[in-house]
Amino acid sequence: MATKLPPVDALLVGFGWTGALLGQELSDAGLNVLALERGGWRDTTTDFATTFIQDELRYYYRHALFQEPARETLSFRNSRSETALPMRQLGSFLPGTGVGGAGIHWNGQNWRFLPSDFLARSHNTDRYGAAAIPQDMTIQDWGVTYDDLEPYFDKWEYLCGISGKAGNIKGQIQPGGNPFEGPRTREYPNPPMEMTYGPTLFAQAANDVGLKPFPAPSANMSRAYTNPLGVQLGPCTYCGFCEKFGCGNYSKASPQTTILPVLLRKKNFALKTECEVIKINLDSDRKRAVSVTYVDTQGEEYEQPADLIVLSAFVLHNVHLLLLSGIGTPYDPSTGAGTLGKNYAYQIVSSVDVFYDDKILNPFIGAGALGMVVDEFNGDNFDHSNLGFLGGGYIACWNTNGRPIETHLVPDGTPKWGAKWKRAVVRDYLRSMSVATHGAVMSHRGNYLDLDPTYRDFLGRPLMRMTFDYTDNEHRMSDFLTGKAEQIARAMKPREIRSNPRKGHYDITPYQTTHNTGGAIMGSNPRDSVLNRYLQHWDVSNLFVMGSSTFPQNPGYNPTGTVAALALWSAQAIRTQYLKNPGPLVQA
Amino acid sequence: MANTERAASPGLNRRALLTAGIVAGSSLAISSGSATADTISQQVPWAPGEANNPAPVATGGYQFFTQDEVAWVDAVVSRLIPKDELGPGARELGVTVFIDRQLAGAYGRAERWYMGGPWAKGTETQGYQSRMAPAQLYRAAIKAVDGYCRNGFGGKAFVDLGAEQQDKVLGDLEEGKAKLEQVDGKAFFKQLLLNTQEGFFADPLYGGNKNMAAWKMIGFPGARYDYRDFVSKHGQRYPLPPVSLYGRPHWTPKG
Repeated sequence: MATKLPPVDALLVGFGWTGALLGQELSDAGLNVLALERGGWRDTTTDFATTFIQDELRYYYRHALFQEPARETLSFRNSRSETALPMRQLGSFLPGTGVGGAGIHWNGQNWRFLPSDFLARSHNTDRYGAAAIPQDMTIQDWGVTYDDLEPYFDKWEYLCGISGKAGNIKGQIQPGGNPFEGPRTREYPNPPMEMTYGPTLFAQAANDVGLKPFPAPSANMSRAYTNPLGVQLGPCTYCGFCEKFGCGNYSKASPQTTILPVLLRKKNFALKTECEVIKINLDSDRKRAVSVTYVDTQGEEYEQPADLIVLSAFVLHNVHLLLLSGIGTPYDPSTGAGTLGKNYAYQIVSSVDVFYDDKILNPFIGAGALGMVVDEFNGDNFDHSNLGFLGGGYIACWNTNGRPIETHLVPDGTPKWGAKWKRAVVRDYLRSMSVATHGAVMSHRGNYLDLDPTYRDFLGRPLMRMTFDYTDNEHRMSDFLTGKAEQIARAMKPREIRSNPRKGHYDITPYQTTHNTGGAIMGSNPRDSVLNRYLQHWDVSNLFVMGSSTFPQNPGYNPTGTVAALALWSAQAIRTQYLKNPGPLVQA
Repeated sequence: MANTERAASPGLNRRALLTAGIVAGSSLAISSGSATADTISQQVPWAPGEANNPAPVATGGYQFFTQDEVAWVDAVVSRLIPKDELGPGARELGVTVFIDRQLAGAYGRAERWYMGGPWAKGTETQGYQSRMAPAQLYRAAIKAVDGYCRNGFGGKAFVDLGAEQQDKVLGDLEEGKAKLEQVDGKAFFKQLLLNTQEGFFADPLYGGNKNMAAWKMIGFPGARYDYRDFVSKHGQRYPLPPVSLYGRPHWTPKG
C-alpha cells in the first residue's frame, strides 16, 4: 500500500524547463508547490564543470545525461502492419532525465513558430482550398494564436537572454533579422553571437542567390546577462560542446542557469528527486485528479494528493502517464475516434556538406545555436500551389561543433573506413561544413502513440508504443528544401558538395532530433483534442499538460521557444482565471 | 509550505548529507538506479570539492580480450584506420585497449540498454535487437568471423589473411554479404567501426588516441574551453596544440 502524504496545492510531474517555469509562476501566486523528478539533482560546478564536460565519449556516445532505456523506453514500428519492438538503445532522439531535463543538453536554438503555424488547417484551407489537405493529414488549428502567445514568447526570451536580431518589431521589418517572423514587441535582449567563418560564407552565398540570411536566435549568451529574476549568465566561449552536454560556463540558458537559483530558495517550493510518478489518480466520477502515486528508489510507493496537477515531463512521458492512468480515450487510427495518443509527429532533416580546398573553417569553434539561417521556405512563407506538399522548414548553416567522433565529413564516394577514408578525414576536417534543413512533419492518421501489448519497463508498466513514418508530404517537402540547400551550397563556391537527402522510412537508429511532438494535443474542442487552449485537460479540469505533447502537428522550427511560451500562457491562465474559479476554463 | 517530511535543513551541506546516507547525489557515471530519493527545499544544493570527474582507464594488461582476441582486434582496427604516411593508425593509438576497457565495463554489459524479451529480428529501422550485450557480441562475432574466413580462405583465420583479403572480409561484413553463425555480421561491423572511431578520436583517458595523435592529425585542439579570441579570425589556423582532460604529457615533469 502506498503511504499517503499530506496534500500540496500544486504538484509538478517532471522538473525540466516546463516544470521550472510552472514552479516559478505557481509559487509566485502563493501556492505551495511540490515538484517530483524521476532523476537526480544536477548543478553546473558538480556535473558540467569545464574541467571535464568536453568529453565526447562520455556524454554523447555513452549517454551520461540521457534517459536510460534499461529503465524506460518505448517500442517502435513504422506502421500498424508491423510488430513494434523496443528501442533498446537511444538513437534518433535523446530524452533527458534528472533536474533540468533536456534543458541541460539542448543546443539553445530558440524560435517562435510562425503565426500561420498555429492555424495549420484554417490557414491552408483559406489559401489553397480544402482539397489541398490530403484526407489522412490530420492537421488542426491549435486553439491559440501567435498574438495570444507573443507576450509569453517575449517573457521567455528575456528570461533566457536570447541572442539575436529582430526581423519584425510591431510590424516594422528590421534589416538583418528574419523578415518572415511574426511581429514582436521589442528587440532581443542580447545582440547576435559573433559569427565564425562557415556561417559567414553561407550567409554571403544566400545573399548572392537572393535570400535574406539572419543570425539564429540563440540561448547561448553573446555577452554577460542578468535576467529579470536577477540570475546571471556568462558569455559563451564558443567551446563547441553544447547539444548533448551541459554548459560549464553558465552560458547556455537552462533551468539551472535562469530559474532554479531563485525558485529553490522559496519557502513555498520543494523538489523531490529520484521519485518516479507511476499514476495519476482520479476521483470516483473521473472529473478530478486527486493525487499521484510515485515510487522512490527503494521501491516504496507514496500517494501525494494535490489540488492542481501539472504534467511537466518530456512529451513522451506525459502521454505515457496519461495512457497508464486511463485518463481520456485512446486514439484509434482505424476509426479516427479518441484523442489520446493522436497526431504524434517528429521532424525531417537533411543536409548538404560543403568541402573547400582553400579555406580553414575551424569547425571546433562553435556553439549550439551559432549559425546563419534563411526562412524563405519555412511554414507558409512561400507559395505551395502545385508543389504537392504543405509545410516547410528552415535552411541553416549551424556551427555547433567539431567534435571528431561525431563530426568528420567526407566527400561523396569516400569509403566509410580504411586508408581512403582516413586521408579524406585528415584533408577535410578543418575545411568542411554542413548546410542543414530542418523541416516540419504534418500529423497523419496512421502516426500515433498507444500502450505496447508485450513489452514492459523496469517498474513492470507497459511501454508506450510509437507508430510513425514519414509520408509523401514530408518527403516531397524535404526534397524541396534539400534542393534549395544545394543551390546555396553551390553558390558558396566550394571544391565539391555532398547532398544527404532524407530517403525511405523513418529510422529510429541514427540521431536526428529530439523534437518529438503530439499525443496529448491542444485544440478548440474535446472531439479533436486532449487539452483546451490553456493546456487544461478537457475531462479533468485540475489537470494541465505542458510540453510539445500539446502540438497538434510539428512546424519547421525547434520547439523549445513555443513549449515555453505555451507553459507561461497556461500559467497565466491558471493564475488569473483558474485559481479564482477552479473548473473548466473553456466550456466544451 | 509544501510537504517536505525529509527536507534537508538549509545549513546541512551535500557532503554531510552524503555521509549521512540521505542523498546519493547525481552519479552520472553509474546507473542512477542506486541513488536515493531526496527533498530539496529552501536551498540550492552545492558543496565545495564535489565533482563528477571521469575515471581514466586502468593501465596494464587486457581486462576482457584473450590474447587471440587481441590479435584479431589489432588486425581489424589496423584495416579500419591504418597507419600510413599521415600518421599512426587505430592499433598504434591504443584502440584495442580502448575497446577492451569498454567491453569490460558498463558498456560491455549493456547496462543502459533495454535488454528485456521477447526478441525478434525486426526491420532495419527498428535498430539493435540482439539479446547479446556488446561484450558477448564481440566474443561471438570474433569466433564467427574466423569461422567464415576458414571456410572461404582455405582454413586461415582472419589474422592470417593478407591485407586485401582482410579488406574483402570486412567489406562483406559491412554490406551484409558475409553470413555468420549466431551473429548479425552487418550489425556487428557497424558497432565495431563506431567503437574504432570512438577509440581513435576520444579523449586519451579512455585508452585510445595516445598522445592525442589523432587530434593532431586532423587539427582538433581537444578539451579547450575558450575560443573567444579566435572567433573572428576567419580562415586562420588555430595556433595552439591539443589538450586532453588530463592536460598534456609535457605538463608532467619527467623523473
